[in-house]
Amino acid sequence: MAGNPSVGWIDILVILAYLLATGYLGWLGYRGTRSAADFLVGGRSAHPIIMAVSYGATFISTAAIVGFGGVAGLFGMSLLWLTFLNIAIGILIAFTLFGEPTRRLGHRLGAHTFPEFLGLRYQSRGIQILAGALIFLFMPLYSAAVMTGGSIFASTQFGIDFEVALLIFAVITAAYVIPGGLKAVMYTDTFQGLIMALAMIFLLVFTYSSLGGITEGHRYLTEMADMVPAPLQNMGHEGWTAMPAFGWGSHTYDLWWIVITSIILGVGIGVLAQPQLIVRFMTVRSRRELDRAVPIGAIFIMLMTGTPFLVGSLSNAWFAQHGPMLHGKVVKEIDAEKDRALVELMKQNDAGDWVAIISPKTQAPAKAALIVSERTQVQDASSQDFELVGGRSTALTYVKGDADKIIPAFISAALPHWFGVIFFLALLAAAMSTISSQFHTIGTAAGRDLYEQVGSKGQSREPSLLVMRLAIVLGLLIAVSISYTVRQEYIIARFTAIFFGLCATSFLPAYIGGLFSQRVTRAGALTSMVVGMGVSLFWLLLVKSKEAAAIGLVQRVTGGKTSILADYPNWPAVDPIIVALPAAFLALILVSAVTKPPSAEHLRHCFPERNP
Amino acid sequence: MIGIDDPFVLIAYFGIIASAVASLIYGLVRRNAARDDVTPEDRQWALDEKKVDDDI
Repeated sequence: MAGNPSVGWIDILVILAYLLATGYLGWLGYRGTRSAADFLVGGRSAHPIIMAVSYGATFISTAAIVGFGGVAGLFGMSLLWLTFLNIAIGILIAFTLFGEPTRRLGHRLGAHTFPEFLGLRYQSRGIQILAGALIFLFMPLYSAAVMTGGSIFASTQFGIDFEVALLIFAVITAAYVIPGGLKAVMYTDTFQGLIMALAMIFLLVFTYSSLGGITEGHRYLTEMADMVPAPLQNMGHEGWTAMPAFGWGSHTYDLWWIVITSIILGVGIGVLAQPQLIVRFMTVRSRRELDRAVPIGAIFIMLMTGTPFLVGSLSNAWFAQHGPMLHGKVVKEIDAEKDRALVELMKQNDAGDWVAIISPKTQAPAKAALIVSERTQVQDASSQDFELVGGRSTALTYVKGDADKIIPAFISAALPHWFGVIFFLALLAAAMSTISSQFHTIGTAAGRDLYEQVGSKGQSREPSLLVMRLAIVLGLLIAVSISYTVRQEYIIARFTAIFFGLCATSFLPAYIGGLFSQRVTRAGALTSMVVGMGVSLFWLLLVKSKEAAAIGLVQRVTGGKTSILADYPNWPAVDPIIVALPAAFLALILVSAVTKPPSAEHLRHCFPERNP
Repeated sequence: MIGIDDPFVLIAYFGIIASAVASLIYGLVRRNAARDDVTPEDRQWALDEKKVDDDI
């Protein structure tokens, strides 16, 4: 559904003013202190707000707001566990436990990329090359998620085709990252981050107040549990304010395993091993700066993820109360007392006759649960009398089941148009700050970690600017191609979860071992990376049915099934992280136990305080 | 409570607020607890980082 597609001259003025303000701040920044490294070189301390918000702006993007907000609209408030993990792990644990050791070790080793950090810590070119290759190959998937999120929002808000929006988005991204906009300009990141935070506060307050308050809004949504579409109920969906049904051995528990393992754990834990975020810790001047950034980072992440997850869920209640009227013929009463019925949706054709709406997915008449508010007797095309009912439904009905459109559709339908424009700009800012760090990471992975390290006769090569730029252009083309071709159920969140999960399983054991253990060996780290990545890819290709079916290899292997474990309920819904991460940790421990530890000299260089 | 009946969703809801409050307290308590020295190692790293950034 497209809410209010027109673009007025006021909207254009707002956009231009915003871009001018951002450009002016960027220009001011370029004249003096601009990046975190500049602060450090100048011996100055970045304000905690600048440090925390620019970190948060790198972390949060359209993927979190549109993608995961949409998933909350689909699956409900169980997604709030992800916000909890984002704060508890992504901020508290990351900043207090990982930040300072990463910063200190990174500076000692002279590492400037995450693969270089691992490579120097373990004195292994192979580790650096493997990590660089993994980032270069899979980061475009995450970039595609961010681009799809922005493009879907733009297409809904301004009433343009998705393909046109994606093209515009790609051009803006190219204009931003190719000529050198990759350097994180902290002032502009902070300005954009603060606009995002303000937009989220407004969105949350507006949503709750339009539903009559916090408790009233939640209560209304709780009582809508019987309107959950049947396919979701069959997977264990028990309402938008309830966790999915938990258990093992039946398809009625699939949703719990999808939500908890893929959406919540994959991303919640995966954040610790995100290359572009880990590098950020090295740009901090001291432990004190990290400590001071914790509170602002936590509040920022709470607003940026908590708001879309709550609003995504509550949008179902808003559409049920205020959405456009839908019409149809009752198929089954759900709750006669509450006037809820399963309705075959109908529309009037040009001749004025009521005809069934055909679902493009099933090629059968579309059905939806409605809160019925009108009943009239009318005639169909064959002059037969029937009772036409009118009423409203959940957000899912209005977006035809496409979760990625829930947040854009809600903003477009519920909020003033000027807010939609500001929200779009906030999203664009969120996307750009994330994308710039993604492409910075892709460029350095290709240039420093692959090209320089894969030198002839084992010798490193000189850094190549051309290789970095080519890698960025190539990464951009791949990301746009993925966004253009892959349009499936909640794809934004799934792409993000795949990338975060892959990073966790491939990097986390080696990263943690490198920071905190002197006994972990080069062979142990390399084995853990290979095992983590190998098991994850195996699981994605052959076991996890949604991803495996989309890739297509499993159907050839099994003769048409979507998972090699298709006959074992719940296994095809389990995320790779559940199997691959423990396997990678085990590999790290076992192989390190039987291989030669690093030299005392290297350990003294890495950890002088522990080896006086 | 607050219109949500599922205790696990309520724990997540209030857990978010509790973890944000814990972060606030942590930031206040540790505000000046750690040292704020920039070592020559740190400065050298930053100079190299600037070069990497400028290259790109």
